[in-house]
Amino acid sequence: MLESRILENIKAIVGSENVATERQDLLCYGYDATQMEFLPDAVVHPGSVDEIAQVLKLANAEKIRVFPRGAGSGFTGGALPKGGGIVLVVTRLNRILRIDTENLIAEVEPGVVTEQFQMAVEKQGLFYPPDPASLKFSTLGGNVSENAGGPRCVKYGVTRDFVMGLEVVLPTGEVIRTGGETYKGVVGYDLTRLLCGSEGTLGVITKIILKLLPLPEAKKTMLTIFDSIDGAARAVSTIIGNKIIPTTLEFMDYATLQCVEKRFNLGIPENGRAVLIIEVDGDRELIEKQAARIQELVKPLGLVECKVAKDAAESEALWKVRRLVSPSLRDVNPDKFNEDIVVPRSKVPDVIRSIDKIQQRYDIPIVNFGHAGDGNIHVNVMIDKTVPGMEEKAHRAIGEVFQAALDLNGTMSGEHGVGLAKQPYIHLELKGAQLAAMQAVKKALDPNNILNPGKMFPL
Amino acid sequence: MDPMKRVEKDLKKCVKCGACRAHCPAFAAFQREPAVARGKVALSQHLLAKDIELDDQTYLAMSKCLLCGSCVEKCPNEVPTDEIVVAAREALAEQRGLTTFHKAVGRIIKNRRMMSMGAAMAALLGPLFFRKVPATSGLRLRFPLPFIGGKRHIPQLAKKPFLSRHPEIIQGEPGKPRIVYFVGCMTNFVYTEVGEAALALFRHLGCTVIIPKDQQCCGLPGMSGGDMETVRELAGRNLAILEKHEADYVVTACATCGGALHKFYPTVVGKRNPELLQRLQALAEKTVDAAVLLQKLGLHPEETGAGDAMKITYHDPCHLRTRAITRQPRELLKAATGVQLVEMEGADKCCGLGGTFNVYHYDRSMQINAGKSEAIRQTGADAVVTGCPGCMMQLTDGLKQSGAPTRVLHTLEVLARKIGN
Repeated sequence: MLESRILENIKAIVGSENVATERQDLLCYGYDATQMEFLPDAVVHPGSVDEIAQVLKLANAEKIRVFPRGAGSGFTGGALPKGGGIVLVVTRLNRILRIDTENLIAEVEPGVVTEQFQMAVEKQGLFYPPDPASLKFSTLGGNVSENAGGPRCVKYGVTRDFVMGLEVVLPTGEVIRTGGETYKGVVGYDLTRLLCGSEGTLGVITKIILKLLPLPEAKKTMLTIFDSIDGAARAVSTIIGNKIIPTTLEFMDYATLQCVEKRFNLGIPENGRAVLIIEVDGDRELIEKQAARIQELVKPLGLVECKVAKDAAESEALWKVRRLVSPSLRDVNPDKFNEDIVVPRSKVPDVIRSIDKIQQRYDIPIVNFGHAGDGNIHVNVMIDKTVPGMEEKAHRAIGEVFQAALDLNGTMSGEHGVGLAKQPYIHLELKGAQLAAMQAVKKALDPNNILNPGKMFPL
Repeated sequence: MDPMKRVEKDLKKCVKCGACRAHCPAFAAFQREPAVARGKVALSQHLLAKDIELDDQTYLAMSKCLLCGSCVEKCPNEVPTDEIVVAAREALAEQRGLTTFHKAVGRIIKNRRMMSMGAAMAALLGPLFFRKVPATSGLRLRFPLPFIGGKRHIPQLAKKPFLSRHPEIIQGEPGKPRIVYFVGCMTNFVYTEVGEAALALFRHLGCTVIIPKDQQCCGLPGMSGGDMETVRELAGRNLAILEKHEADYVVTACATCGGALHKFYPTVVGKRNPELLQRLQALAEKTVDAAVLLQKLGLHPEETGAGDAMKITYHDPCHLRTRAITRQPRELLKAATGVQLVEMEGADKCCGLGGTFNVYHYDRSMQINAGKSEAIRQTGADAVVTGCPGCMMQLTDGLKQSGAPTRVLHTLEVLARKIGN
């Protein structure tokens, strides 16, 4: 519980209509997509950087925990108010401040919804590639904090690769700017890259300067079906080995295909064991050439079928297979743990084989799909929480999946972050002095440990 | 039985991914999580677990839903938030009693035959057609509504209701379909020209048209306030009346009535009663939107439609869109002589009416509608055409207030221009 004196102070800063303490309001800001739930003491909707700075100053002085929040669509609990405190919702800061067509940059506030921003720049013939699955509702502030990825990252890189500068309120209430508007810049530490993916533990992002690209003229989508997982995996390395970098290389394993087929009857051939959705974008003539070359390259790799979209509507139809994955998974089991390991792309078949062994050993269905082009596999451990012991078993299986990725020089998470969900496993990847260096950064910037405490790693 | 138990399984499906934030019109207006589908589902889960009260705050959150189904359509886990909100409103009504407004609605739609509802409807016009001062507190929603006029545009009541104008059975040609026309209150009392157009078109095709004199309100105005007793009662009566005529089709030209017969009767009313459910499902299967049936029966709109050149744009009513009826009305309209159809931006977005939502949250309702009016104006169309008299009322209100000269017409009115009236 917050003292009423403190609540009154916060109301004086942001306006009483922007502070909520009713139980119903608190409940609605205590969840995200992890299915975990914690009750905050207050929900605060600041309207400016100045208000955020004042709230943080107050919170730091009074040692009150503050949990920054965007759309609350994260998969690891990064925005969850564990232990209680203030949920600081930044979605009122939702303006696109400028789109600079001469310098190919844009400046936005953190509450702008990713897709809204993409549509705005595309109207001017520009392009912001990062495309997390949640782009229709996630915010750019959240994307930066979690360093969001997406299918197009194979070719274009992740959110971090597009962030040039930030305005940030530090946990102690000072406002700083990092990076800037220039592509080059080597003065001082690169705090911009440090803050990207820092999961709201080092500062509250209040402005973002983003790099833009010219909008590609066209794109072409192909759906390829292979008779083995190895075929699909070899297709990925063969395409890239032949100096073509597709925009996306989305992969679905046999278990995924079975789920989708059972539910939606899309007519996937019986001997199909893996699917790759391949998209290329760019100059119209070039992508026609690339698409033809890709078809040639994958043919000898156990290709069962290759569908090529002729227009946008057909492309949409091919992507439907991928979009139907999520709704179909629940037919396997009602609950899932959605992990997102990464391995070097050539190691995808190895990690899939390891996961298959883990699934057999634990007797828990695991469904894999995701971004094969950059080795980022979504590992979905499907369980029924009402079955006694199943959840514990799943946690052990997940630990082994992470270890398998690490053994292949990979990482536990490519997109979702650590938050609360992956914290029990963090010791597998972060060790000794490496972990201590990170903890030292956190302690230096947030001496009272008030900003999103308890996330990422224990302090 | 706790109404929340009815949706227990549905409540488990929501994983709080937040996808509804992109589609919920109430969230777009309020920008706060308790107003979004995910928030209302979360609160419903706590209602089921009985760890929050059916108090003013819960009431306020649940009032922020237009029952438009936009979230249901886009939900990756197919969570029926509309049915969940209806259950929560029922639980609220059971615990706290109906609001004065909904008591009046229930009394009128349940206790009178639609034929003789006219005077009572006029009395109802107070709360329905006049603006209620938007309440910020849930408690205020329970007190009598101040029957004051706002800036709202009030539609005229028809001099003679549609149902008193025509015999019950109008014989068509032998071998042609027998249809029962489920008229709906808005068409009967306000937009009678929609009824006339429907009648003219089906007679043009040689159909035998049955317009049961004893048909009742579909009950959706009651459902919107959680008055499920009234909805069950009306659904039962309409079922008996519509079954009796043994028609090939039950036709609606009101998206909302169609939504009731086609979707909400089976999913909400029939859920606890297998025998009733079977009959309601049979009725649902027979129920068809007028535009869909006209196309199926081979209407040639170039023979019946507008003669004069007319530029129109089409608005998708939520209760047609969520039943996947978007293509058919457009195809018919495009084929009508002289009609040029231009698409507006966001044709599929809710108009903001949402039954009770417009009564209790008028300003937010018009805030949602403002985008719609602007999109319509941008097309430069002479008329906006739609398939729901509820949307027609809301679109008219918004356009009149914004000073736009754009007319508001029903799809059937455009299609019947040469033969109607």
